[in-house]
Amino acid sequence: MKKRYGPQFELPQLSRRQFVTGMAAGAALLGMPAGLAASTPRAGAAPQTLRGNQFDLNIGYLPVNYTGRERTAVAVNGSVPGPVLRWKEGQTVTLNVTNHLAHDTSIHWHGIILPSNMDGVPGLSFNGIKPGETFTYQFQVNQSGTYWYHSHSDFQEQQGLYGSIVIDPADADPVAYDRDYIVLLSDWSDESPHDIYAKLKKEGHYYNRRRRTAGDLWREIKAKGVAATWRDREMWNEMRMSDRDISDVTGYTYTFLMNGQSPDANWTALFRKGEKVRLRFINSSAMSIFDIRIPGLKLTVVAADGQNIEPVTVDEFRIGVAETYDVIVEPDGDSAYTLFAQTIDRSGFARGTLTSEPGLRADVPPMDYAPVLTHRDMGMGHGSMQGMSGMGGMGGMAGMAGMDHSQHDMGGMDHSQHDMGGMDHSQHDMGGMDHSQHDMGGMDHSQHDMGGMDHSQHDMGGMDHSQHDMGGSAQGYSMHGGRPELGGMQGVWFTNNLGRAGHGSNSPIVHLPSEYGYGVDMRSSMPMNGLHDPGIGLRDHQERYGRRVLTYADIRNLTPTIDRREPTRELQLHLTGNMERYMWSMDGIKFSDAEPLMLKYGERIRVTLVNDTMMTHPIHLHGMWSELETGDAEYIPRKHTIIVQPGSKVSYLVTADALGRWAYHCHLLYHMPGMFREVRVV
Amino acid sequence: MKTLLIFCAALTASAAVAQEGMSQHEHGTQMESVPVAPVDSYPAQRGETKNLEHAPDSPDHVMDHDRPLTMVKIDQLEAREENGGALKGDLWYGGDRNKLWLKSEWERNDGDTEKAELQALYSRAIAPYWDLQMGVRHDFEAESDSRNWGVIGFNGLAPYFFEVDSALFIGEDGDTALRLEAEYELLFTQQWILTPEVEADFFGQNDRETGTGSGLSNVELGLRLRYEFTPQFAPYFGVHYEKKYGNAADFARDEGESASETTWVIGLRTWF
Repeated sequence: MKKRYGPQFELPQLSRRQFVTGMAAGAALLGMPAGLAASTPRAGAAPQTLRGNQFDLNIGYLPVNYTGRERTAVAVNGSVPGPVLRWKEGQTVTLNVTNHLAHDTSIHWHGIILPSNMDGVPGLSFNGIKPGETFTYQFQVNQSGTYWYHSHSDFQEQQGLYGSIVIDPADADPVAYDRDYIVLLSDWSDESPHDIYAKLKKEGHYYNRRRRTAGDLWREIKAKGVAATWRDREMWNEMRMSDRDISDVTGYTYTFLMNGQSPDANWTALFRKGEKVRLRFINSSAMSIFDIRIPGLKLTVVAADGQNIEPVTVDEFRIGVAETYDVIVEPDGDSAYTLFAQTIDRSGFARGTLTSEPGLRADVPPMDYAPVLTHRDMGMGHGSMQGMSGMGGMGGMAGMAGMDHSQHDMGGMDHSQHDMGGMDHSQHDMGGMDHSQHDMGGMDHSQHDMGGMDHSQHDMGGMDHSQHDMGGSAQGYSMHGGRPELGGMQGVWFTNNLGRAGHGSNSPIVHLPSEYGYGVDMRSSMPMNGLHDPGIGLRDHQERYGRRVLTYADIRNLTPTIDRREPTRELQLHLTGNMERYMWSMDGIKFSDAEPLMLKYGERIRVTLVNDTMMTHPIHLHGMWSELETGDAEYIPRKHTIIVQPGSKVSYLVTADALGRWAYHCHLLYHMPGMFREVRVV
Repeated sequence: MKTLLIFCAALTASAAVAQEGMSQHEHGTQMESVPVAPVDSYPAQRGETKNLEHAPDSPDHVMDHDRPLTMVKIDQLEAREENGGALKGDLWYGGDRNKLWLKSEWERNDGDTEKAELQALYSRAIAPYWDLQMGVRHDFEAESDSRNWGVIGFNGLAPYFFEVDSALFIGEDGDTALRLEAEYELLFTQQWILTPEVEADFFGQNDRETGTGSGLSNVELGLRLRYEFTPQFAPYFGVHYEKKYGNAADFARDEGESASETTWVIGLRTWF
């Protein structure tokens, strides 16, 4: 038997999980002791594995009980997650998807390269699937590896409409293994996703149960003294931002699932001593980024986002929402191991067991310390200020705070741009930046010019002029999204002095005027390159625990880069938001106000994403690979979802080889309404 | 008290700066409203674009989440000593930028309604942390006659996390009033939260009927400790202090009332 969805050896006790305390509190609110109204949680049905070319998928409601409360999930073929779809590379698959819901639905095949009308995004690929209707997807499978599918309608992804796809290669698999298991991670809430979204809109920190307290302040004063503490707090207070704001939705409402089983239900997989086990990790969460490790085992990562990579052995890796990683483990003893997936904010974990004998289980490790954001995560440079280390006593802090003040105070934006110029001078001593100070100065000018242009729409000449001004720094760019006649004036496009393929961007950071609106609370002035950064909360794991953590810089494709062309254009797109208002956008423009990003069929471009927020955003481009520039042009890895670290930037290449309309968005479900663009290849 | 007033003045100044921010902001909005050729005008002339025909041209259909929301927020629903009580709450309806915003305040002392007002405002986001609010206020007949005011003010979050609500009122008969409110949240734990709060009222004229005097008329200070069973359900207790100044204090003394008052309060903070 290849796959085994664990027998649940022991029924969980509600009180054992700290991250269902929200439910207990809810019960208290209703004036009843927690558990009185609750029934016993039960494990959901294990998903079937479906093979072949022809699939019938039925989307319907399913009663579930993960926490002791009866709830209704949206399921495919009666299970959450939905069935495992096992395809074969080179074959044509036909999928009849029937909607038994009262609302529209859809299925998007995440990471699969296919015609845009089969991509399953209502409004872009097709009209969605109406209640009672069947939609037939049919496409040829031209890739292999681990992928997944999910609804692209409403918030159904949060309600359980997701499942895994495994595509067996047409030729011999370069990865040797004796058995494989899917490890699909997700987050479940007893609250309706619409309620979660509304609560976030009304109180952005609703689910953050780690807000700073008077006790934190007191401890800091004791450790560092009043003066240093004041300096540290000053900037955050001026900016009205929280350094504890890691995840929008947390274990306060979520129960984290592994293959649909809660931590206490303990999904279990078996192995025989000496076997190579392939674990196919898929993060199907709505909002939860996980850090994964298996205490006692080395993890050899052999594939990222379905694509084979040069094997790299680590102790721990981060998996963003929608990413997949294939990992080989070789347990050598007759023992049990815990598959431990803690969330990025350490508010909870998903857990399962890999064991040689049913019934055996290993200890569940305690969660690691919860991260706190630093200035680095605001894109203010200071690469030296990593991890948890405080910022007290840094030279030039006063200047930094001053800069921030001017940038973020809601008033006097006109002045802020001047101040930024001033800032460049004052921070002349900051090393390790990609950009010369002159570029930054040039940016300031361009902003003024662009502002001028905004006043009269047809003053295109004025804009050209501004480009000449920019020429002074040899960094010309335009704001056309490819087709001026479409008014595609969104995004910043560079055409000169592009860095070589595989090596990332040389271009200066340009904040468009649209970033200075009410929907944007922060702009990274000096974003670091996110490639070598394991990410918040992981940066000191090597020193602290001796764990090697995977970074994007470690990933090299197993086979040589296919498209060897240099990019002809570079799009710089900024991820923006306002936590207080819970608004998300790109370049300060919400999806509903945005025009499509136009790409020419066949062209090869670079996309540089600049994260102007303090959140970690997994960005997913449909229909085309995102070829992550990790520094080796020969073996560029192909991904479908790319994490952009807070206050950082990351670059990747895209070959526009798929005609049509494609979605391009942050895969955090509650960021999607705003942080979303249509990409149109014509 | 003086420092407090200076602080209030600073808050107003910051609100005024927010207004200046608007001019900058317009650059942003103009970007958003660049006239766009209707997508239909983009011909699918080449054979390659055939698959576009399949896709309906209604991007708003993609993620239909941007619906207006309604929030009801009861900041204070409390009993006070000596048969007193108060209700202070907001209701808003709208989207990210534009909201309809109702504010109500009701106060009772010695069994009599002392104050009952309702504001109906149009609220517009103008800066990352600030809304500009304009509209009307109606004072219901209580100890004095009912009356109407025009309102303009700023509501938002000032640096150092002070929640600020400021408003200028202009009465039908040309009376003027200015109200400044600020609130801070000090977390002892995630659930025990202390809220110091200050409100200062200024008037442009003396009005014996309403007991208000020109200049600084009265100041209210509150200190409430709440326990959040959930963020949406938090009973509290605390203390409320009120002091009248200048002519307002004289009016009160003439009526045989004292110019200042301290009372314990117990109440509920909730929103949904």
